Amino acid sequence: MTFSVRRRTLPYLFVLPAVLLFAAFKLYPIVASFRLSLYHQAGGVEEFAGIDNYTRLLDDSLFWTALGNSATILAVQVPVMLALATGLAVAFNSTLLKARPLFRLGFFLPMVTGLVAYGIVFSVLLNQQYGLVNWLLGADLPWLTDPLLAKASLGLALTWHYTGYNAVILLARLQTIPTELYDAAAVDGAGAWGRFRHVTLPGLRPALLLTTVLSTIGTLQLFDEPYVLTGGGPDNATLTIGMYLYQNAFKYFDFGYASAIAYALALLIGLLGLLQFKVLGGKS
Amino acid sequence: MKLRSLTLTWTLAIVLAAVLIPFYWLVIAATHSSQEIFRTPPPLLPGRHLLDNLSSLQEKAGFGRVVLNSLGIATVYTLLAGTVCTLAGYGFAKFRFAGREPLFGLLMLGLVIPAQVTLVPLFRLMAELQWLDTYQAVLLPNLALPFGIFLMRQSMAAVPDELLDSGRVDGCGELRLFLRVALPPMRPALAALAIFLFLFQWNEFIWPLIVLRSDSALTIPVALAGLQGVDDTDYGAILAGTAIAALPMAALFLALQRHFVSGLLAGAVKE
Repeated sequence: MTFSVRRRTLPYLFVLPAVLLFAAFKLYPIVASFRLSLYHQAGGVEEFAGIDNYTRLLDDSLFWTALGNSATILAVQVPVMLALATGLAVAFNSTLLKARPLFRLGFFLPMVTGLVAYGIVFSVLLNQQYGLVNWLLGADLPWLTDPLLAKASLGLALTWHYTGYNAVILLARLQTIPTELYDAAAVDGAGAWGRFRHVTLPGLRPALLLTTVLSTIGTLQLFDEPYVLTGGGPDNATLTIGMYLYQNAFKYFDFGYASAIAYALALLIGLLGLLQFKVLGGKS
Repeated sequence: MKLRSLTLTWTLAIVLAAVLIPFYWLVIAATHSSQEIFRTPPPLLPGRHLLDNLSSLQEKAGFGRVVLNSLGIATVYTLLAGTVCTLAGYGFAKFRFAGREPLFGLLMLGLVIPAQVTLVPLFRLMAELQWLDTYQAVLLPNLALPFGIFLMRQSMAAVPDELLDSGRVDGCGELRLFLRVALPPMRPALAALAIFLFLFQWNEFIWPLIVLRSDSALTIPVALAGLQGVDDTDYGAILAGTAIAALPMAALFLALQRHFVSGLLAGAVKE
């Protein structure tokens, strides 16, 4: 009797610490955040607001600016990065490449650098007057103070940080594509490009889906890099939703509004994730 | 064939060199004074200001203490979160029980729900518990890290059930079974988990930024970001601090990379 009761409760004991911690520090805040989003916080007094915080979002031009900035990064930086990562993965997988482990490692290295650390390094490298980048280019480009260039700089920093990581995920998938498929395509007269289009790309689809979803979530939550690199400027050109939420919560202490932004963000991530599964996931 | 191989290798080598420039430049900058960093042409070889920069860091931010904070927090976090995630991963992988999949699905919700959603209530919770500016406030919220649990469930699935069952027949206790039979072959996965957790906590920024207040409690990224905001920003000192934040992690990764990449991918790519 005691034996079977113990056998039945045993598995729960193993997962219990994780479940309790999760309930206290993730689940509770997720629910509490939703409740908060339905309240006004004025001078320390809470007052029920219904959906006021959400309707306020619709009229808030800064929120739309932040959304637009995140969308721009999503539409430009993510595809460029994933294309580069795919190219790298194919190169890593090629027998033509010498010293393959060395390259894999080198390109992965930026990933272990903290976001604050590389934000600081890039902000100095991209300094208009004295930065190494302008010196190398022999140019005088306002990398961090021009709205468009600041977005490009942010994109550059993100690409530097995450491309190698995505390439390693793609490479792992690439290695599972049977070589017979390539041989068969070659027999059918497919050139290098044909084999890439008809064998490599379809084979990579699950990993491309994974990296796309991960990059989308990461981009929409973006906070550390713009905080350090551009401070959201110039003129809010690199203000992201993550930063705007932080400002509302911890600068203006408008917790209700910040929570509404958080929920709008979660909804957006959920919807985009679903869309990506539909488009890239295919029948699986 | 030979020519194509050389072309590919050299092209990639040049790209890699460009990618590694920030690391090289970080070493250079950390050893120069602010004035030397911001001059034309920029310095390209190591300078002699490393010690000055370090003592300036110590003076401005109590950086020695900050480094110890980061080391301590990341180490304790790795041990605690590693234990929580490994126990949960084992439970989910090696036992069948009512509610297993819904419970696991719930935990994985953490992968999709943006961290920002939980920031405000978590901050208020910590304030209510009077835990602001304490280490437990930094450590506790991320102990049950969804990715860590996911990774350990994937890895633990490889432990053969027969091995565990024969241990049970021999009268081996469940805790002993876990420690002596299930864990030893998991060493590569545990190493990957440990590196991942340590890196995560070492680099973590927004949450420590929110809950830590006093200068003597800060972690490296928070202290560095604080230094950057000051009017007469001492970039020599900041970049020396940045080098301390980034270079040991790069070295750690290079030393342990064999476990790290393969161990992570074992979890990440399986469908």
